[in-house]
Amino acid sequence: MATYQEFIQQNEDRDGVRFSWNLWPSSRLEATRLVVPVSCLFTPLKERPDLPPVQYEPVLCSRANCKAVLNPLCQVDFRAKIWACNFCFQRNPFPPSYAGISEVNQPAELMPQFSTIEYIVQRGPQTPLIFLYVVDTCLEEEDLQALRESLQMSLSLLPPNALVGLITFGRMVQVHELSCEGIAKSYVFRGTKELSSKQIQEMLGLMKPASQGAQGRPSAPETPATCRFLQPVHKVDMNLTDLLSELQRDPWPVPQGKRPLRSTGIALSIAVGLLEGTFPNTGARVMLFTGGPPTQGPGMVVGDELKTPIRSWHDIQKDNARHLKKATKYYEALANRAAVNGHCIDIYACALDQTGLLEMKCCSNLTGGHIVMGDSFNTSLFKQTFQRVFSKDYNGEFRMAFGGTMEVKTTRELKVSGAIGPCVSLNNKGPCVSENEMGIGGTSQWKVCGLSPSTTLALYFEVVNQHNAPIPQGGRGAVQFITQYQHSNTQRRVRVTTVARNWADAQSQIQHIESSFDQEASAVLMARLGVFRAESEEGPDVLRWLDRQLIRLCQKFGQFNKDDPTSFRLSESLSLYPQFMFHLRRSPFLQVFNNSPDESSYYRHHFVRQDLTQSLIMIQPILYSYSFYGPPEPVLLDSSSILPDRILLMDTFFQLVIYHGETIAQWRKAGYQDMPEYENFKQLLQAPLDDAQEILQARHPMPRYIDTEHGGSQARFLLSKVNPSQTHNNLYAWGQETGAPILTDDVSLQVFMDHLKKLAVSSAA
Amino acid sequence: MSQQGYVATPPYTQTQPGIGGYPAGFGAPPSQPLYGHYGPPPQSYPSGQIGVLKSPATLATAVPTAPSPAQYSPNGLQNGAPTQRLPPPMSSPSVPQHGQPPSAMSPSPASAVPAPPPAQQLTNQLSGMQISGYGHTPLQGPQSPPPNPAAPPLFHPSPPNMGHLPPMSPGASSPMMTTPPPIGGPGTHPGPPPFGGGFQQPPGPAGPQGFPGQPGPYGGHMPGPQPAFPGGLPSGPAQMAGPPQKKLDPDSIPSTTQVIEDDQTKRGGQIYATNLRGQVPPLVTTDFVVQDQGNASPRYMRCTTYYFPCTADLAKQCKVPLASIIRPFAAVPKEETPLYLVNHGETGPIRCNRCKAYMCPFMQFTDGGRGYQCHFCNCVNEVPAFYFQHLDHTGRRMDLHERPELSLGSYEFTATLEYCKNKKLPNPPAFIFMIDVSYANIKSGLVRLLCEELKTLLDRLPREEGAEGTGIRVGFVTYNKILHFYNVKSGLTQPQMMVVSDVAETFLPLLDGFLVNFQESRSVIHNLLDQIPDMFSDTSESETVFAPVIQAGVEALKAAECSGKLFIFHSAMPTAEAPGKLKNRDDRKLINTDKEKTLFQPLKGVYEQLVQDCVSIGCCVDLFLFPSQYVDVATMGSVCLHTGGSIYKYNNFQVSVDGDHFLSDLRRDVEKPIGFDAIMRVRTSTGFRPTDFYGAMYMNNTTDVQMAAVDSDKAIVVEFKHDDTLTEETGALIQCALLYTSVGGQRRLRIHNLSLNCSSQLADLYKSCETDALINFFAKSAYRAMVNQPLKAVREILVSQTARMLACYRKHCASPSAVSQLILPDAMKVLPVYMNSLLKSPALVSSTDLSTDDRALQRMTVTSMGVEDTQVLFYPRLIPLLNMEAFGEGLPAAVRCSEERLSEGGLFLLENGRHLFLWLGQACSPELIQNLFNVPSFAHIGPDVKSLPELDNPQSKKLWSIIESIRQQRCHSLKLVIVKQKDQQEVLFRQHLVEDKGLHGGASYMDFLCFVHREIRQLLS
Repeated sequence: MATYQEFIQQNEDRDGVRFSWNLWPSSRLEATRLVVPVSCLFTPLKERPDLPPVQYEPVLCSRANCKAVLNPLCQVDFRAKIWACNFCFQRNPFPPSYAGISEVNQPAELMPQFSTIEYIVQRGPQTPLIFLYVVDTCLEEEDLQALRESLQMSLSLLPPNALVGLITFGRMVQVHELSCEGIAKSYVFRGTKELSSKQIQEMLGLMKPASQGAQGRPSAPETPATCRFLQPVHKVDMNLTDLLSELQRDPWPVPQGKRPLRSTGIALSIAVGLLEGTFPNTGARVMLFTGGPPTQGPGMVVGDELKTPIRSWHDIQKDNARHLKKATKYYEALANRAAVNGHCIDIYACALDQTGLLEMKCCSNLTGGHIVMGDSFNTSLFKQTFQRVFSKDYNGEFRMAFGGTMEVKTTRELKVSGAIGPCVSLNNKGPCVSENEMGIGGTSQWKVCGLSPSTTLALYFEVVNQHNAPIPQGGRGAVQFITQYQHSNTQRRVRVTTVARNWADAQSQIQHIESSFDQEASAVLMARLGVFRAESEEGPDVLRWLDRQLIRLCQKFGQFNKDDPTSFRLSESLSLYPQFMFHLRRSPFLQVFNNSPDESSYYRHHFVRQDLTQSLIMIQPILYSYSFYGPPEPVLLDSSSILPDRILLMDTFFQLVIYHGETIAQWRKAGYQDMPEYENFKQLLQAPLDDAQEILQARHPMPRYIDTEHGGSQARFLLSKVNPSQTHNNLYAWGQETGAPILTDDVSLQVFMDHLKKLAVSSAA
Repeated sequence: MSQQGYVATPPYTQTQPGIGGYPAGFGAPPSQPLYGHYGPPPQSYPSGQIGVLKSPATLATAVPTAPSPAQYSPNGLQNGAPTQRLPPPMSSPSVPQHGQPPSAMSPSPASAVPAPPPAQQLTNQLSGMQISGYGHTPLQGPQSPPPNPAAPPLFHPSPPNMGHLPPMSPGASSPMMTTPPPIGGPGTHPGPPPFGGGFQQPPGPAGPQGFPGQPGPYGGHMPGPQPAFPGGLPSGPAQMAGPPQKKLDPDSIPSTTQVIEDDQTKRGGQIYATNLRGQVPPLVTTDFVVQDQGNASPRYMRCTTYYFPCTADLAKQCKVPLASIIRPFAAVPKEETPLYLVNHGETGPIRCNRCKAYMCPFMQFTDGGRGYQCHFCNCVNEVPAFYFQHLDHTGRRMDLHERPELSLGSYEFTATLEYCKNKKLPNPPAFIFMIDVSYANIKSGLVRLLCEELKTLLDRLPREEGAEGTGIRVGFVTYNKILHFYNVKSGLTQPQMMVVSDVAETFLPLLDGFLVNFQESRSVIHNLLDQIPDMFSDTSESETVFAPVIQAGVEALKAAECSGKLFIFHSAMPTAEAPGKLKNRDDRKLINTDKEKTLFQPLKGVYEQLVQDCVSIGCCVDLFLFPSQYVDVATMGSVCLHTGGSIYKYNNFQVSVDGDHFLSDLRRDVEKPIGFDAIMRVRTSTGFRPTDFYGAMYMNNTTDVQMAAVDSDKAIVVEFKHDDTLTEETGALIQCALLYTSVGGQRRLRIHNLSLNCSSQLADLYKSCETDALINFFAKSAYRAMVNQPLKAVREILVSQTARMLACYRKHCASPSAVSQLILPDAMKVLPVYMNSLLKSPALVSSTDLSTDDRALQRMTVTSMGVEDTQVLFYPRLIPLLNMEAFGEGLPAAVRCSEERLSEGGLFLLENGRHLFLWLGQACSPELIQNLFNVPSFAHIGPDVKSLPELDNPQSKKLWSIIESIRQQRCHSLKLVIVKQKDQQEVLFRQHLVEDKGLHGGASYMDFLCFVHREIRQLLS
């Protein structure tokens, strides 16, 4: 093993795991002193083209409350055909099918390179994937047309046996029956009346007269043929296409000064109720397309009077958002129901104003669904993002999985405190559950209804070993992640990842521990904690907490002379961390200024589910500079990088900004790129476009693409992100020739660092 | 006198005159033969005769006899004879004319020995009833019957004065008329003479006699009545058969058929000009043409009496209800002018400033045309400048005849925004078809039948006069325990169905495309109608909802901002879990107890609210029921009843049996003239005011009658009470203003004006009464009362009121006579038979054999009926079909509704406006059976024969043409039921023979008369 860098990279590639610490402090006390908890980012379904799934069931530890999966870390007695569970030390006989194993004939799960292994298990009948479109019809004609086309296009992307359903809503909610010939049938619900799941099923005629009493779960899902609302694509393709093309705008008149009445709440509850009644515990995707806020019925976010604007952060802070709590509670209840049944909910919200994502976000956050926010359905941002939902992997299968449950097992010195990500607790209180909760805690199992290869959860652990009961030298702690899910090809699969790290005594081996610090992962892990807190706490409190953590960390690991800020030094493994924190503080995840509640929700939604790389980009956007002076290079995210003769490409994950410096912009305006003799200029202009294209191709959701120049109004996207090292306050002190001043009162990184140093070295702290 | 008590032979006597009808009867017999020759004579008879028929008969006799002289004259007068005073003068003049009659009479007299009685009133005692013995038994009258030949007449309706008019022609001098009661009019007409008279008149006891003698044809009819002699009669050419028989003859009691026939004879085929105040119109059964000359046609408004008493005391004394039956949308025959539409421009119709009465012929222009006095409230108003017109030398406006509102009794105004809901012009109304597609309706084939029919029916939606297409939009809903709405927008390639399962709070799931223009969406609608029967063909759903269906309709209309009508085709009691769920409350144990009324009380709550919703939006509900058992019509129908809708019920519906019947009901219902979202206000001149209203309507306050819709069949009864005294000079004016939305979506005001006379003499009132209108009123008031009071009490009130009215007449208007005589005012002489029929009507009879639903249904349908409908309902037409070849054009004359009139060898049609029976006597000639049924004999006709084949022979054709012409006269389709004598089915038929003892209780006509007479005597003593 070479450097920690390489080790970390290798682990991530193989297991999709990044720990904050790669050496674990051996006692609870020491662990708390490290400030950043032992925690990891785990990507359960990380794409592993090199990992073929095995076609048998995993072997489980026989202890009732353990059930860990046989893994390379287990001690195996080949002669006795016995293996010892490395979590509970239970000795288990191998099942009969393993009779032939020996040192030279080992099953895959015992080989070290298979610390992550995927099993295909045969359980129950395979049910096809289910896609239930929930479509808002209160749209402008142009938008609706675009949406129609996107939906029709999506039909061709679905596997032929997938079941589709269509619910449309406006003032009323219509559940369309797809199997009928000659007449288009739909069931209509009032948009204002809350209905129980049972009522919904009764009204849709889904109640089977007899099956009530029988408790037998096995026959749970209604056979596809009997559900008129969810039909195989290949059967109803034509019908549905016609239906979509005849889809009309909500016909109810919208009086002057009113918003259209939009029954999003009821529509979602019917979608959830429908699936609940027909396909519980089966992977299904509810896709909500909405063009505005819910304006009536349960879940309404704003009244239909245009003169009352939708809630802003200001209103919320003043406790002036009338519908906020009620609506949020309503959608949470829905989301939990959907999650219990393994169904995920996507929200595609396209409107210029807010659409109520703040209230509805939990639907996606708790079920692992996507949220896409755009200005209009008639934009490539939406169209391509939507299309990308159905993108296929190297095997030609959808990059989506359903109904996942992720379980965490730990060795006895470690307990799990919680998880942060698109999941809900399954309330499984096993032996390895910590009493201290961080994120969604109190359980060792979480449900993740919708998973993609990039879905990443943050898991937080607690070292419970007491200080006075040292772990033997060379001891290792292990964590096993067992993720069961329904693959997009409808197979049930189990992916097991088992990782181990060495214990280290923090007093004697603090240097080692420090060097095992993964500052990128830690930044993201701490950021997730911050974002998680921000959901329930006031912004300033979160920032204060974050600052305190940072200061404590610097105090712990910084080298300095007391009360001498200039003497402060951080080792290389921590050097970037304060900068991440600086940008995090300024990020839309923690700052609501200039963002609507919906935007904040949207940003946070993506932040708590993307993998480490993407998350880092979100925290600290990447800035590339293109010039005649050399190849494109990454530059500091600083106002000093904004130079007249450069083209900048900034990637914030959500936005992709191409910024032409003043001179370049003038040249471009003068049309030099069209003159043959300035071919190189043309190439220079083209280079960032190509790079941007590459990013656009790969990212989901597709970022907003912005092409701007010096002085352009859209340049604000760039200016708001860079470190304001030059502002109108210090402009003249810094001289004219470099960089561009930012008109802001925000502190710059330099000021931030100065303060940090001062506080870190302060003996008063 | 010679006669026995019962016989009121000599009607002449005082009372005499009046009843033209009767007389006719009398006259008839004798005259008939003569008729031909003497047209006139008959007339005389009639009139003369006075009241009661018998008397007439007697008349004849009378003449000869001593009494005659006195009476005579009256006779001559004919009706005129109104009592006492007036007559004399009049009579004399008339006499001349009558002269003839006398002659006619004379012959008869001869025969008619029985001299009637100089005694005045006829007397019959009811004891006479024994009469039942009829003919043969000679009387056992209480007194020893002298050998009277003639059967003693029973009653005499004493014709009040009409007599005077007798002067022949209707045209008669108007002046006279005025004084004399309008009735005179009729008198004059007595046209009876002409043949018609012949038959009908039979009434007179004499009749019988006469018959024999009569010419075949006529005779036929006449005789018919008499049970005994059927055979003979027909043939009898002669008139007065010889000597009267002695016995109490059923024919001696006033006969409705006779009255009808007399009126037809007298006034049939004539023009009835409405230029006179308080003019009594011809009977509803008479064919006449109305010429509007300032008063509303009797088709629109009929009154119980055309002479209002001047004071409240008088009104109270006589007990005769003062009411007007208004049928604002009545259909008028082609030969009458439709209503003119008047547009007064932006200011809207000109109205009196104080009482808001609309400009009408009763406004008196003054001050050279600059002002006008409203005769309703006497306020003097200024004439708006644009409306100014000079007056002529008589003080009438020069443009009188150019302006309908100044010269006509009925016309329409174009309403302005002021008269519209929310000050917005209305949209054209909509028709929504709501079809129950539960198992029962699918299985019976109804749904398929209906859908097929709608495809063509929708092309015939009512349209505005002169409009090219209809403005009415249509919509479709099917339902069982959930509702299915259909989007049939014209652009769609296929219809869209929208299911609403949330019946707890029904709503309209779509806006655009639900209500469409049929022409534009024809193909989509056809597509839909093709699919509906198949879509539900395998349904097993048997539960239905009801209130949510109506609610859905209301929501639809509300959303479309229009009024309209729901056509609901429903199978069974709504038992599914939903608002308005019903349970069986048909508790047979309640029948005949004080709680029986609860069976007819609609459930409150949901249904009450529904009614209010419907009315406020202008949503009329028509209900077609296809039940196989109890459905609680009382509750379900209540919505229809209060929204101006109709209820149709087809028990155990089978397409093969009831299909045509149902379809023709449906067609009529869809096509009939109708107005929506109507508010009616009745204004009167000072001294009296409307106090009570009956009909298919809803009232929020005491003056405005709200009707979600009002069609040509619906009538509203308005009852008036005095609040001051009326004077004979000014009379009583009534203006009915109906604000409504036309089928084309125009807001209009329909105005009907009627002027009545006032008198401080009760005699005037009695002679101008109209029995048919009275019965209409009594039926409605009784049917309303029956939900609040025990049925027994309701029946008692009816009887006692009848007795009081008659007793009052006897006391104040008839000349003194033996108490034992029953004297009836001429205009009311058949009131008892109608009243008895009403008492025996299913709704009022407490019998466990009758279905509660049917009773409730009758209660509701009668509530909105016009006079024409109640007349035939309470006295069905029984038409003998003995010699079909012999009939000319038109219908054979009806005979009295009694089993006595049936003959084993005959064929009879009976219709009451709802049902049509063809009764086959056991002894029908095989030849006839062959011709009509295409089977060799009576025995070959199956017991459950359902239909009558249409065969190519004169008899069959004739029968069919008779059936068709009957059907055309009625606003409901008549389902033909074939009844074989002695067959089980005969019970159904027999219950319509209203002169007989009721099958489920209720007295025979004769018994009832006796009873009433006893009551009267009690009252008088």
